[in-house]
Amino acid sequence: MWRNAGFGERAWAFSVWLFTGFFLLNLFALIAAVVVDSFGTHWFATWLPAGFTTRWYAMVWNEFGLAPLLIVTAEVVAAVTVLAGLIGVPAAYAMARREFPGKRAALLLFLLPLLVPPFTYGIPLATVLYRAHLAGTIGGVILANLVPTVPFVILIMMPFIDQIDPRIEAAARVFGARTPRLFARILIPLFAPGILSALLLVLVRTIGMFELTFLTAGPSSQTLVVALYYAVFAAGVRPAQSIDAMAVVYMGTTLVWLLVTLRFVNPAQIVGRTGP
Amino acid sequence: MNSAAPLPETAAPRAVARAAPLRTRLRARGLDGVTLLALPAVLFVLALFVYPFLYGLYLSFAPAKGGALANYARFFSQPFLYDTIATTLLLAVPVTIVNVAAAVPVALRVRLMRHQRLLTTVLVIPITLGTVLVAEGLLTYLGPRGWVNRLLLDFGLSDRPIRLLHNYWGVFLSLVISGFPFTFLLVLSYVTGIDPSLENAAAILGARARARFARILLPLLVPGLAITLALSFVQAFSVFPSAVLVGAPAGATRVIAIAAYQAAFEQYDYSMASAIAMLMAAVQLLIVVALLMLRGLVYRGPAATGKG
Amino acid sequence: MALASRDFRALRLDAIGRAFGAVQALREVTLTVERGEFVALLGPSGCGKSTALNCIAGLLALTEGSIWLDDRRIDPLGPEDRGFAMVFQNYALFPHMNVRRNVGFGLVSQRRPKAEIARRVEEALALVRLGPQADNLPGQLSGGQQQRVAIARAIVVEPPLVLMDEPLSNLDAKLRLEMRAEIRRIHNLLGCATIYVTHDQDEALSLADRIVVMRDGAVRQVGPPEELYARPAHPDVADFMGYRNLVRTLVHPAPGGVAVTVAGAELLGTPVAAATNGAAIVAIRPEDLTPSADAPIVAVVASAEYRGRDFAGVARAADGTELYFRAETRVRPGEAIRLGAPAARVLVYAAT
Repeated sequence: MWRNAGFGERAWAFSVWLFTGFFLLNLFALIAAVVVDSFGTHWFATWLPAGFTTRWYAMVWNEFGLAPLLIVTAEVVAAVTVLAGLIGVPAAYAMARREFPGKRAALLLFLLPLLVPPFTYGIPLATVLYRAHLAGTIGGVILANLVPTVPFVILIMMPFIDQIDPRIEAAARVFGARTPRLFARILIPLFAPGILSALLLVLVRTIGMFELTFLTAGPSSQTLVVALYYAVFAAGVRPAQSIDAMAVVYMGTTLVWLLVTLRFVNPAQIVGRTGP
Repeated sequence: MNSAAPLPETAAPRAVARAAPLRTRLRARGLDGVTLLALPAVLFVLALFVYPFLYGLYLSFAPAKGGALANYARFFSQPFLYDTIATTLLLAVPVTIVNVAAAVPVALRVRLMRHQRLLTTVLVIPITLGTVLVAEGLLTYLGPRGWVNRLLLDFGLSDRPIRLLHNYWGVFLSLVISGFPFTFLLVLSYVTGIDPSLENAAAILGARARARFARILLPLLVPGLAITLALSFVQAFSVFPSAVLVGAPAGATRVIAIAAYQAAFEQYDYSMASAIAMLMAAVQLLIVVALLMLRGLVYRGPAATGKG
Repeated sequence: MALASRDFRALRLDAIGRAFGAVQALREVTLTVERGEFVALLGPSGCGKSTALNCIAGLLALTEGSIWLDDRRIDPLGPEDRGFAMVFQNYALFPHMNVRRNVGFGLVSQRRPKAEIARRVEEALALVRLGPQADNLPGQLSGGQQQRVAIARAIVVEPPLVLMDEPLSNLDAKLRLEMRAEIRRIHNLLGCATIYVTHDQDEALSLADRIVVMRDGAVRQVGPPEELYARPAHPDVADFMGYRNLVRTLVHPAPGGVAVTVAGAELLGTPVAAATNGAAIVAIRPEDLTPSADAPIVAVVASAEYRGRDFAGVARAADGTELYFRAETRVRPGEAIRLGAPAARVLVYAAT
């Protein structure tokens, strides 16, 4: 852009790119190390393992109980995604379309669970769920995961709904559409792209949500990421390669959905920014 | 067309018209069926976020034994407990500064790129994978038999494997790997929000790169940077999985989240756990408020000198 | 079911009002619209005309007053139960439906039989000459075509009342004139009642049977276009109807009417609303203020622009009064002229 950049400026640009490259290199190497190790037989003082095998995956499947784990993860993620949409989208619609007393307070209420880190409110939340005998159950895990995701859906959907002309809905009303028909024929088709993005983001975030699931799950309601934590935590009990195989399974699950999501949304929205 | 005299415009049923029904009056204030759609979400957040917080606050003042302040007194009298605040700050503050200091120059460069999408997509990966996976990756990558130590040994940069795990640096690196992309994406979204013609205008008026950054970009970035610092800090301050997995959870990286977790799930002392969680929230709140106040101070400065 | 019946005599607004918090956007509006009538709500932006239209449609709740369709009170009903039709400023077509489904939307809401819907949609599309575009999406149409879809969607339900919210404001000048004729043609054909909101006095004058001039949320004057044009009842209305020369002065009785002093000269005028003596406001259209050798007002041309048929000029009198006038021959800045207007075209209002 600035063609007549001086030496200092070019040196600065070079060092910025050098840093970025170094960061990305380490990031890839870190992921590659996990993948390579998960397929390795033995790996001692060499650059690559002595041989390659898939037996660690078989071990994960058999010994970790991967199948039930995947089922629980799918159940939690599906329930959180659907419920966050059902609670969040109508609320976002009301927030975007109506001025009412207390609206600013409601907005603050929805911002807080996104600003406060999960571990901070996770402990009191887990305490309340224990008192309600919900902790340790799948229901408890789902409820806990809805705390940040419902506001997330609202804050993603509000600007999306805002940019759709309310006169289109006014026209539908004037031409005789009652609320059910308004939703079925006008609002849901118009909001579909926004709802799709928001729900995919919720899905990806819920697969990766460690803290809340960790604090509220019991042995039978763990998701993949929590099981991975326990496996790493109890390192030494199992061969390191099997833990890496488990990590690859988790990574694969997450990245497939991340790729699907990135077809529809801007990467910046993953960190919760709702801008363009 | 119809040019007949209009009907008399006096209306008989005026008395009826005066008493507007309650529904109409509510509708005029914006309260109708549509507004009610926000109610489930509001109730949900009240029940599962606000209520637990308030309950935790109450619980922290109701210990199993001792007076209302017993938990807090115990926390601040045992180094084992109160040291966690300093330990956590010692991790969170440097990590936040490093992440933001690295993210700003990179974001300012990436802003000029036409194909940002690939880079942002790649950087989203560690955020999505989360700290547990990053910790597991570090264990393999930085371990004594990992590639980093292989490189150091093979090139003779070190004669024995260096220790990067199960200490302060393991947690530090894990917080950079998951925190830098997060900080970068936030800063990038603020940077791209600045109208590029402002910088062009400054360049035409003779401002060099450093002056453009100091006098145009930085003042406009300050509000966003304050929020970025705040969010990066609270994330780093609540670090848990990597402090356990790649740190020294009984020593150098015994962070406050570990203390809270142990109180709740190892000693089953929910009252104490709540007290620690409240202290955690209090420290975070304190730092965030301080940052936002600082922003207020800094932000007024450039606006005044900008005229000179 | 909706009230979609054409057999009504009149829509009556009874002292309707709407407040937004402390701001009174609409106050005490009372008006009767008869079947077949074309009524224009005219006024500058922010005068409450769109608020009034939205209240009639049911999109905004009233805070005072009531709305009646003959002897049925309709203001508690939602927009979907009133059976009216509306043409929106930016058309508000459903972007995900093709033209045919957009037009048929109201009939589907009324649960009409499929065959009837298909037939009536075809008829409506033929009426607005859009048959070939029936399967296009709104995004594929030009502004004028979208406008026609919006009109077809409104008339296909055969509503008792069609509401139009500045429907021509997004079109270019030429298309606007065409669509203006089109709207009147369709109105005459269908015989429903139309309420048309606009800030363009030309549009209101050429389309409406009756014009309602609004200002500050209240009705200032109601009357047929000729009356508003020739005899605005209030200086505000005069200002809006193109009386650019508004001069504060004194009035006194004179043989055959009243006399006023304008820029140091005496003019004969016509009193409106019993303004015969004392402080007054004089309103004269530029078209009526023309130069002639024996005219009373002495002034110097300040500027003049050629307008094709004539010249539009501004002249300044010795006392500083600026006057807008028209001349058939070229006048040059600095030239001294004498201006005058016929007594019938010099309107005199009591100053308030």
